[in-house]
Formats: sequence, structure tokens, C-alpha cells
Amino acid sequence: MSLFRNIVFVAALAGLVAGIGMTGMQYASTVPLILKAETFENAAGGEGPATAAHQHAEATAAHSHDEADGWAPEDGFERSAYTALANVATAIGFALLLVVASEFAGGMTGWRQGMFWGLAGFAVFTLAPGLGLPPELPGMPAADVATRQVWWILAALATAAGLSLIVFRRSVAWAVLGVALIVAPHIVGAPQPESHETAVPHGLLHSFVVAVVASSLVFWVLLGGVAGYLRSRFMRVA
Amino acid sequence: MTPNDTSLQLSTSVTPSSRLVQLGLAAFLGLFVVGFAGFSHISAVHNAAHDVRHSLAFPCH
Repeated sequence: MSLFRNIVFVAALAGLVAGIGMTGMQYASTVPLILKAETFENAAGGEGPATAAHQHAEATAAHSHDEADGWAPEDGFERSAYTALANVATAIGFALLLVVASEFAGGMTGWRQGMFWGLAGFAVFTLAPGLGLPPELPGMPAADVATRQVWWILAALATAAGLSLIVFRRSVAWAVLGVALIVAPHIVGAPQPESHETAVPHGLLHSFVVAVVASSLVFWVLLGGVAGYLRSRFMRVA
Repeated sequence: MTPNDTSLQLSTSVTPSSRLVQLGLAAFLGLFVVGFAGFSHISAVHNAAHDVRHSLAFPCH
């Protein structure tokens, strides 16, 4: 089980570094915007400015936080600690997938190649799903969560398969099929809400989308770069 | 080779099928972790990972 152990070791370390880095980036960019959006979300449930558009948004926004009852971390340190924990866990999970995928192609040879694998991860897990299901702030209307999750996963799978066909099969026919696979989920289309109207200001959402995409790019490049460096140092033969 | 050899030597002795099993196991572990943190419908998990789900653009709520 040495290969498994080595992969877990590389992924755990890379995930720890990238997860902590991601937590810092989120607290500098996305989390303040989420907290601001929550004030609009909460206001929408109370005596907010009752325009027709607003009421419509409330009617469609059946997915608000009130639905997710049960335990939740206290705002402040506890919430931040769980955010850091979830970031590190997710980063380790993504690192495992990235390292396994790269092993099928002979393994990352160093930090530079690792960064390219990271860019592929960014395309598969941020760009492709985000094209149909852009980053959302709390309080925004959205289609059924399970349906969106299915589409998200299919978009990521199709993009990963398409990219690997383009990169590793050296023929035009496979490359064409690869591009078709990448485009297919967007032709099918992601599940959308009946209405996109929301109390969340458009400017706030725009800043959030930019912050999510930019921080995810740095996250993936960091994750891939560290994994590639560690892989070349500790798993020379595999 | 004995089981106590270094990982470097062991890696070279991994059979193709064992290699596939180990890669599959690592991938499964990765999918499980990402699925739990990003896709679980358990509300406590959702609430704990809430800001991360929004920031990584996982489908939320």
C-alpha cells in the first residue's frame, strides 16, 4: 500500500497548505461579502423595502437559511474555525483526486507541472460548473439543490474527460470529441430558478463572483504546485 | 523485497493491478471527503462548511 500511503501523504500536506492559504484569501475577499449578503437575506425575511420585485424574490427564495435548521457554528471564531477546517478537508480531497489523475499520466515531475495540473483542476471544478451555476451569495434564488448538484458533478466529469482526451490522445478526432464533451453540459444547460430577482445588490454579487474565481485560481495553482513539488521529492519512482 | 523496504523501492515493485487498486482507493477517499464537505445534505455539515461552499461555488441551500 506504499503508493496509496504516498499519495495520501502528498495530498494531505498540499491540502493543508492550500486549505490554509484559501482560508486567508476567503477572509480577505469572499467571507465579508457573504456576511454583507446575509444582512440583505435577513432583511428580506423581515420588514425590508417591499417592492414588487422584492416580494417576488422572497416567494422564489424558498432556499433561504431558515430551511437549513439545526446546529450551526456561532459567528466569530467558531464559524471561522469550521471554515478553515472545511477548507483544509476539501483541499485534501481535491488534492487526492488531482494526484491520482496525474499518476495515470506518469505523475507530476515538479512544482511547475503541478501548477498546470492545478490549472486543469481550476477548469474542471471552478470554470466548468461555474459557467452554468455561477457563484451565489446567500439569499439568492436557485433551482432545487439536488438537481444543481447533479449538473455540477456531470459538468466537472465531462470537462475532466474532455480535457484528458485533448491532452493525452494525440489525434484530431479525439480532440474534437473532447471539446464536444466539455461543451455538452452547457448545451444541456444548468438548472435555473424560475426568477433571478433578488434583494442582493448586483454590484455585491459581481464583486463576489470575481473574488470566488480569482481566489479559486490561486487555490488550485497553489494546490497543484505544492503537490507537484512534494511528489517529485518523495515519490520519485512510481 | 521485504515489507520494510523504503517506499521508493516498494513503489517499483507494485504490480499493475495493485497499483490500480491503490489509485482507486485514493480517488474514492478524495471523492468521499469532497462530497462530505461540499455536497452533504446533513444540515449541521452544511452550516459548518457554509462559507466554504459559497466561496468554492458548490451548489448551496
